[in-house]
Amino acid sequence: MQSLTNRVKPVDRKPMTFLEKIYLWEIAKGMMITIKHFFKRKPTIKYPEQKREFSSVFRGLHILNRDEQGRERCTACGLCAVACPAEAITMEAAERKTGEEHLYREEKYAARYEINMLRCIFCGLCEEACPKDAIYLSQTFTPSNLTRAQFIYKKDDLLIPDPNKDPEQYAKALGDRKRPQ
Amino acid sequence: MVLLSFDWFLIIEKAILISIVIVASLVIAMYETWGERKVAAFIQDRIGPDRAGFGGILQPLADGMKLFMKEEIIPNSSNKFLFVMGPGLAMLTAMMTSAVIPWGGHLEIMGRTVPLQIADINIGILYVFGVVSLGVYGVMIGGWASNNKFSLMAALRGASQMISYELAMGLSLIALLMLTGTLSLRTIVEQQSTGHWNIWYQPLGFIIFFVCALAECNRTPFDLPEAESELNFGYHQEYSSMKLGFYLFAEYVNMFISCVIMATLFFGGYDIPFVNDAHLYDQIGNWAALAQVVCLMAKVIFGIFVFMWIRWTVPRFRYDQLMNLGWKGLIPLALANMVITAVVALLKYNNWHF
Repeated sequence: MQSLTNRVKPVDRKPMTFLEKIYLWEIAKGMMITIKHFFKRKPTIKYPEQKREFSSVFRGLHILNRDEQGRERCTACGLCAVACPAEAITMEAAERKTGEEHLYREEKYAARYEINMLRCIFCGLCEEACPKDAIYLSQTFTPSNLTRAQFIYKKDDLLIPDPNKDPEQYAKALGDRKRPQ
Repeated sequence: MVLLSFDWFLIIEKAILISIVIVASLVIAMYETWGERKVAAFIQDRIGPDRAGFGGILQPLADGMKLFMKEEIIPNSSNKFLFVMGPGLAMLTAMMTSAVIPWGGHLEIMGRTVPLQIADINIGILYVFGVVSLGVYGVMIGGWASNNKFSLMAALRGASQMISYELAMGLSLIALLMLTGTLSLRTIVEQQSTGHWNIWYQPLGFIIFFVCALAECNRTPFDLPEAESELNFGYHQEYSSMKLGFYLFAEYVNMFISCVIMATLFFGGYDIPFVNDAHLYDQIGNWAALAQVVCLMAKVIFGIFVFMWIRWTVPRFRYDQLMNLGWKGLIPLALANMVITAVVALLKYNNWHF
């Protein structure tokens, strides 16, 4: 019967030849293959010291961004929470008092901002929804915690370091991810 | 006072030598486990253990520590005495063989000639064979005393495998012994260091011996007593903690010792290739003996590497294939080898006249 793909390999059921019967030659051939692998370059990445290069659109953990003056950009509009298909984001808004202008950019800010990392599917829709460029997905990953409660990331966990006070950590947290415009 | 007038120096010298040999074979067995994991990893395109110390060099210590920390379990229905004795026996038989092996020439210490061999008995090979056949007991007793059907089955397999392959091993050595005309390992080595290595005279004998050595050490492709996919874990299934460690360790000691014997019988033992050893002794004295030990170790390490290389290349034999190979393949081959060698040796003895 003609096969559909022409890739069928019939099983070879010939009786073993003498060379195959005494095993030795075949084993020697096999050992040549393994010794070739012995000297091959190993593809292992030694993880904690070396890290794999991510693609430029890798979506990792979230950060809450600040503007150039170090003020929080988030205005607690709730668009990210609406966009989130996993319903992982909740927030509570508060009004900015006088004297807090150096802390928050808009007149309204998020007093409480939580992302449940166990629910999050890292789709990046919150990032696309945000009108204020406040929530970014970074290139950090592997969150690990001892309890489920610790996986609910609070504002302290999410907020990026101040670009004026700690520019190095700021750049590190931001990463070089290509973000949707 | 005649009773007390024996040579105290001899006792001290032998005691030191024995402790060095035992410690050395244990340390080598330890690093064999590390080497095995590294070789396995490299053959499988990985890099193996590299966290404990540089290149994972402390890994065996960590493994040993882990085994010591594990809970000691002795099954209720087991024969407790034999259960505890099993691993000890396996270890004992593995270590005993090292007594007759010549590790090097001799040292000159304070006017005394100290041979680097624990006991130079004139029936060295016979002794090795005697002890090696005792090795079945460790497996057999351990498997039986666990009172577990899988262990027992594995032990039975191990016993029948070892007995079958010992025959072919003995036959392949008879051919070698007909050429050397002596059973003393030191004499065999000395003959090789003046003449040629025995591998050139007995290539077939070497191959048979090598295959049988693999089977004796329960190494792949003959690791049926430890066929974990068929017998859960093999004869040491009920063992835990360092008792299990002893079994695994004994296996690696066995591998080391069989590589030493292979090097001694077929690859000139402590003979340094391309160098006149006696001449070297005149020039650098005691260092020559050390060079010989290093040379033997290099040969042994290469042998061990080949053992591991085979292990990570060849899959396990089926039981009937194992028996077929042993009884229908190796024994007739060894017999033929023996007869041909005998004819040639006799002809040579007769100055090539019939």
